[in-house]
Amino acid sequence: MANERRNEDKAVAAGHIAGPGLLPIVLQVNGEDHDLMVEPRTTLAEALRGPLGLTGTKIACNHGVCSACTVWLDDLAVASCSVLAIEVGERRITTIEGLAGQEHLHPVQEAFIAHDAIQCGFCTPGLVMSCAALLARNPHPDRKEIETAISGHLCRCGTYPHVVQAMLALGTREEPDLE
Amino acid sequence: MNDEPPRRREQLPFGLAHLGLETVERDIPADEPPALGPNAGLRQIGKNAPRWDARAKVTGAARYTVDVALPGMLHAAVLRSPWPHARLRSIDLSRAAAAPGVHAALGVAEPLVSGKPIVLRYVGQPVAAVAAETPALAQAALQLIDVRYEPLPFVTDPDRARQADAPAVYQKPELDKVPSAGLPASAAVYPLSGNVLGPENRNSRGDVAAGFAAAAVVVDGMYRTQVQTHCCMEPHAIVASWHEDGLDVWMSTQFTAGVRVQLARHFGLPLSRVRVQVQAMGGGFGSKSQMGLYGRTAASLSRLARAPVRLVYRRDEEQMDSGNRPSSAQHLRIGARSDGTLTAISLHSHGSAGIAFGAAPGGIASALYPCPNMESLHYDVFTHAGPSCAMRGPGNTQGAFALEQSIDELAEKLALDPVVLRDRIDPSPVHREERRLGAERIGWSQRRAPASDPGPLKRGVGMAQSLWPANVQLNTACEVRLWRDGSVEVLSSVQDIGTGVGTVLAQVVAEELGLEPAAIRVRIGDTEFPSGPPSYGSRTTASITPPARTAAWRVKEALFRTIASAWQVDAQTLIIQDGAIQVRNDPHRRISWREAAAALRTDRISATAGRADDYAGFRHRSGDAAIALNDLGGAQFAEVEVDTESGVIRVLRVVAVHDCGRPINPRQIESQVQGGVLMGVSYALMEERILDSNTGWMLNPNFIDYKLLGAQDAPDIEVVLLENYQGFSASDAYGISEPANIATAAAIANAVYNAIGVRIRSLPMTPAAVLQALGMVPGGRH
Repeated sequence: MANERRNEDKAVAAGHIAGPGLLPIVLQVNGEDHDLMVEPRTTLAEALRGPLGLTGTKIACNHGVCSACTVWLDDLAVASCSVLAIEVGERRITTIEGLAGQEHLHPVQEAFIAHDAIQCGFCTPGLVMSCAALLARNPHPDRKEIETAISGHLCRCGTYPHVVQAMLALGTREEPDLE
Repeated sequence: MNDEPPRRREQLPFGLAHLGLETVERDIPADEPPALGPNAGLRQIGKNAPRWDARAKVTGAARYTVDVALPGMLHAAVLRSPWPHARLRSIDLSRAAAAPGVHAALGVAEPLVSGKPIVLRYVGQPVAAVAAETPALAQAALQLIDVRYEPLPFVTDPDRARQADAPAVYQKPELDKVPSAGLPASAAVYPLSGNVLGPENRNSRGDVAAGFAAAAVVVDGMYRTQVQTHCCMEPHAIVASWHEDGLDVWMSTQFTAGVRVQLARHFGLPLSRVRVQVQAMGGGFGSKSQMGLYGRTAASLSRLARAPVRLVYRRDEEQMDSGNRPSSAQHLRIGARSDGTLTAISLHSHGSAGIAFGAAPGGIASALYPCPNMESLHYDVFTHAGPSCAMRGPGNTQGAFALEQSIDELAEKLALDPVVLRDRIDPSPVHREERRLGAERIGWSQRRAPASDPGPLKRGVGMAQSLWPANVQLNTACEVRLWRDGSVEVLSSVQDIGTGVGTVLAQVVAEELGLEPAAIRVRIGDTEFPSGPPSYGSRTTASITPPARTAAWRVKEALFRTIASAWQVDAQTLIIQDGAIQVRNDPHRRISWREAAAALRTDRISATAGRADDYAGFRHRSGDAAIALNDLGGAQFAEVEVDTESGVIRVLRVVAVHDCGRPINPRQIESQVQGGVLMGVSYALMEERILDSNTGWMLNPNFIDYKLLGAQDAPDIEVVLLENYQGFSASDAYGISEPANIATAAAIANAVYNAIGVRIRSLPMTPAAVLQALGMVPGGRH
């Protein structure tokens, strides 16, 4: 025990171990830099919901299984309950609050409303983030691809059929005229 | 006193819309609105208005209880028993209370009989709680609580608990303190022998022995169902804030008004000084209906700390200590004549709700198919396990698994098609139509003999029926306000737990006032508004939509009187058309809604209506609760594919045919039926709480090892919704949640039998259970 503590003290002194107290970090969230103090053990989900007040990101299982806490790190959809805030570094974080502008909704959000892909709504922000990420890399996903993209999400109300329907409708919508 | 309110005669639509409607004459209270025509002629009701809170939910703006943060708010954590059975020798909170950042600490375990020692009866039972400035400080402080336990012998397996030498969970004098998972009766009215309580004998009738003697055919089966946990995505959560005027609570609850009553009683406050609010609510399924120990704990901590306190369960706490669906072991025998006529039903059941009671498998076996001779004896088995509570279709979901498989087995013995047998023994014309439609959509006529596929992948089709009482909460009120600028609000303490009742309220009010649902401001989930119904038992829509329509109609009548007086016409001649008020057949006497509202004498007018009795009366009433004359039904048809080498069952397709009176928002109903089916598939194939019988600990208190159905496991679901007019209320709408869930596991089990020719009588039907049933691996209960 004493040896461990001595080793830990040495490691802290040498800069090998951060914390356990508060550390200053900068998170780039939805296009803005935020300075905040977090403990090393603080997850990204906790940092977003707590000090940053971005409560659209939900914590349901807190062990990386249900995907309710899905946000984007750069273009990658991740479970923010399983990422430490201090390891995000300079990657861009996009949360449900930053997915669309103030005026307009993201097409996935529109489609969720149109197809009632929502019940209690607690898992919905995470599902929207995964579906929007899918659409960004694959504008015309088929049923299998949609089901795979949301396979990590748990929804106890059972919105999966309407989520799939909403995404299929988006995938077959007319493309905007690029000319 | 003896002034009966005046009544009048009304002709109301009656029957199934797709088969052609008749009318029924009812004597209705004079202060209820005129008859509402069928949906086909309406502008808002029966249409798919977008969910009222959809935008807030897809943007993350919706505010759930876990998102509520008040200035100076503290965070609570709960110390839980590590022992399944122990005497609490001593507890010392002083070090925890003095820890940095800690503002309050209290013991929460109490003796069942005052003066007796505190006994803990399951792993995870709350012992003490603290409130601190951060969740981490609260968690750390728990470790400073000095508790001395005296571990006692325990039993977690219901079969073992029934044995005479099993450690006893309760002593007789403690029975009236046992929590109820079912009807709110006291356990003390039943005999207790060891851990076995009962029998409860509510549905027996006739002479069962004579009935079996008259039977040409008898089926006899033992059915077992597992413990399922609710798995709400939003955990149990409360923010409690004491202040000089009383208590404010934000709670993830299915019943704001009920929790207010419980808090007021517990803390000795007037109802007027307790306010319970919930905005968005992340799922309940029966587990968030009560104040609960967690609710009391948060409020007590807030009073002690003189600060707001938030208590949010972790997922493992959810799994161990937020309720569950009780297990069942059902011995069901059914006798019938050779033409299918039922002569006797005998159901002897044992169920375990852990330390709670009320694990009976519902009334479906005694109510779905009339039979003159019925014996229904139920025994609760106490175990050292977390208490059950109501869960979507409580009782009947377990009961349907046994009953609907037995009926199929009976059909096979009688060489009858399962649908044909049900046509003979089920007198309900609505059920008959549901079976007909479901059979047509699933392709029932193509159904083959059991185990027809020669290869290892075997397909099968099966069906089962739901039954659920059409519940109504009589203590239900709704207010509609019209402001002088034409804006309209609908207000009630009713909460939207994901069913979309807010949308439904906006549609009903909009219909009556000739407006669009989006123009109605929905203000619900707050006990400052008229008391709404609970969101459980499939009673919300049935309870709240009639008073919502009545209140809107009364506001409209008041506005009409104002305009009629200004125009010097009879108010009876006024109508609303295309967003304007006009004299019938006189388009020149016409005024827009806003102009009309501007003529009001005061800034706003308002009407509050209560839930009138159903126009044709109720079948049963008790306190605030009543049951409508006709039950809610539903027939579900499932197609499965069983891999007989791996044991994996895939549910390919479900056709769910349901009735809920007048549908208000068909798409929201479709969402809810899909959800009920998916919860049923998950129950049938995957979910099971597993307790370690050596330690009493739950082995899968998470979402990794407790398997929930995901998108890739979901079948194609076709929802067929009947418009079933009964002329029962101002809205004629009833509920859907429970019936959507009740039949699913039974329909899948019948389909599995059709696929493999072996009946699986135990849930969940995991790959191991399938391989055992096929005799390919040893073990199992089949």
